[in-house]
Amino acid sequence: MLPLKEKDKPIVKKLLSAGCCARCVLRFCCVSVQAAYRQAHQVPFCCFLFISNVSSLKKSTSKPPCKRAKPDPTETDGSESGSAALVCVVCLGILQDLCGPAQAKKIAETVKAENYQFDTLVLSVSLPAQLCVREHSCWLHVKKEVREKGLVLDKDDVIQVKEAFKWIIQGLVTKELVGVAVVGKVGRIKTLKAQPLFTFKSKSFLFTLAAAYQLCLLCFFHFSRHYPCPPLEASSGCTPQDIQCLHVSVFIAGRYNKFCRSLPQTPWVIDGERRMESSVEELIAAPILSAFRADGFNFSSSGREDVDVRTLGNGEFLLLYWMVLLTQVIYTTINDSSEKVKVRDLQIVTREAMSRMKEGEEEKTKSYTALVWTQKAIEKEDIAFIDDIKVSPKTPLRVLHRRALAIRQRVIHSMNARFVDPHHFYLGLKTQAGTYIKEFVHGDFGRTKPNLCQLLKTDTDILELDVESVDVDWPPPIPE
Amino acid sequence: SWEKLPLDLSRYCTLFARYLKMNFSCCRLCVVTLAETHPILQEGRTIKSINYQISNGCSRLKNKVSGKSKRGAQFVTDFAPLCRITCSDETEYTIYSCIRGRLLEVNENILETPNLLIEKPSTEGYIAVILPKFEESKSITEHLLTREEFEGVVSKRSVSQPSS
Repeated sequence: MLPLKEKDKPIVKKLLSAGCCARCVLRFCCVSVQAAYRQAHQVPFCCFLFISNVSSLKKSTSKPPCKRAKPDPTETDGSESGSAALVCVVCLGILQDLCGPAQAKKIAETVKAENYQFDTLVLSVSLPAQLCVREHSCWLHVKKEVREKGLVLDKDDVIQVKEAFKWIIQGLVTKELVGVAVVGKVGRIKTLKAQPLFTFKSKSFLFTLAAAYQLCLLCFFHFSRHYPCPPLEASSGCTPQDIQCLHVSVFIAGRYNKFCRSLPQTPWVIDGERRMESSVEELIAAPILSAFRADGFNFSSSGREDVDVRTLGNGEFLLLYWMVLLTQVIYTTINDSSEKVKVRDLQIVTREAMSRMKEGEEEKTKSYTALVWTQKAIEKEDIAFIDDIKVSPKTPLRVLHRRALAIRQRVIHSMNARFVDPHHFYLGLKTQAGTYIKEFVHGDFGRTKPNLCQLLKTDTDILELDVESVDVDWPPPIPE
Repeated sequence: SWEKLPLDLSRYCTLFARYLKMNFSCCRLCVVTLAETHPILQEGRTIKSINYQISNGCSRLKNKVSGKSKRGAQFVTDFAPLCRITCSDETEYTIYSCIRGRLLEVNENILETPNLLIEKPSTEGYIAVILPKFEESKSITEHLLTREEFEGVVSKRSVSQPSS
């Protein structure tokens, strides 16, 4: 029998006469016993028995006085509420005939067709917006009775349509996909999981999700001005729209080197025209995308260097995350196909790695080598430098159009110089992350103070810049 | 011999207007500087003071810009005065914006060291930074002259007037 009590009677009565299906009745009675929802044809019958106080379960005899007669128990597709077209006013049929073995079979077939290898499945459901308006309407209708049943009960204790749906269908899908555990929540991602997304749609397009959410915050007085309580009858129920299989995001971290002076970080397209060939992002992600069936990716790096700067040494570190089913990582695909970019230490990491990487951005130090030109002829002695200069640059003009005007103090930890000829020398710098080296060298119209022009008392300019190293221990190196 | 790289994003495209040299960065920002032909430079004057108070109600120093979208920036038109320069011989020059846009900053270094304007007019002695409206960034340069056009005009010009 159903786990319903005497106190539930007024709720059950009110809901049944409003046009709710039996499972929605259970939901509003806050029944959290999963098994109760699964019995297809018995649920409504038991509800009627419950309110009419008939203890016998004999199926063949007297019909209950309620208009919505009990269904023929020989029907196996789980359709309830007697007169065929009576759609539940709250769930619009989702908990009636759309959660039976037929649906489960469809889901299983879709998953099998995609041909994944996986151990666990997570089922997600997407419902039309109007459902939450109907839910709220029904809630307002029986709020008083629910609170009388148990003072601590509130809207949060009402079982959600999505939950009930999953409770019913998960077991059925498991049966179809032999050997796979269907779970409600995703735990730690150790193995890869496939996620079928079951989307429902309904005819009415009255509500956008945003409007629906706003409506559901209203009290009875305000809500009922927009929508009736209890909800209106529906002429037709929901139809399942789509079953999609999605992959879980995978995060891959690593380090990369950039050996080319004419390579932007991201594709450089202005007005639909590509201005520079390729990009770091494309060179690293593209070979992997073609080797695996990736749907998309996001490339995130701890620092971006200009088009004309090379990244040497251990390299800048990157985080690639994308929706892909990964079976193995191939280094050679990237490192062999391009001279411009090389990767190393690629490893799968967790989502938390994102914040770890961004943390390092401020604290880390970077080492550079710059080729400096001076207007005045210099001698070796002129370029002996002091350490630990604090620079106070205003936002460089180069980026001022897209950044706020501010002064961000940065530290240059050390500098050294290598004489080349009276007008050129190599300047090595070790600086705090976020220091604009070019502006330090040419002064940016005097807006970066101190700058090399001032220190050397001559006009200077920067001809070349290389990143020698990025001094951070993350991600951990992987032996080749 | 070392060559400057063909692609260098921090370089500027220079155009001219009257006695000013407008340096446009590739991200459409404009740095206003004195051109070599400005009387102050040509006639070797020394500067007594520079004043950013251009009217009773308006001082360019009070320009407070905040955020990425540069809220609070004073909007200048072609004829908006940026500053007034008084030379030691009491001649006064007004520097006008010559382009429309948001005034991002004026050079405060030249208040303390007016000499910068004479010694380094194209770099540390800059006057102001203006950001034209995105939609106008192309049309704004239409009335400005390239270096060739500018030099053509200069060679035809008669002896300069006292005020620019």
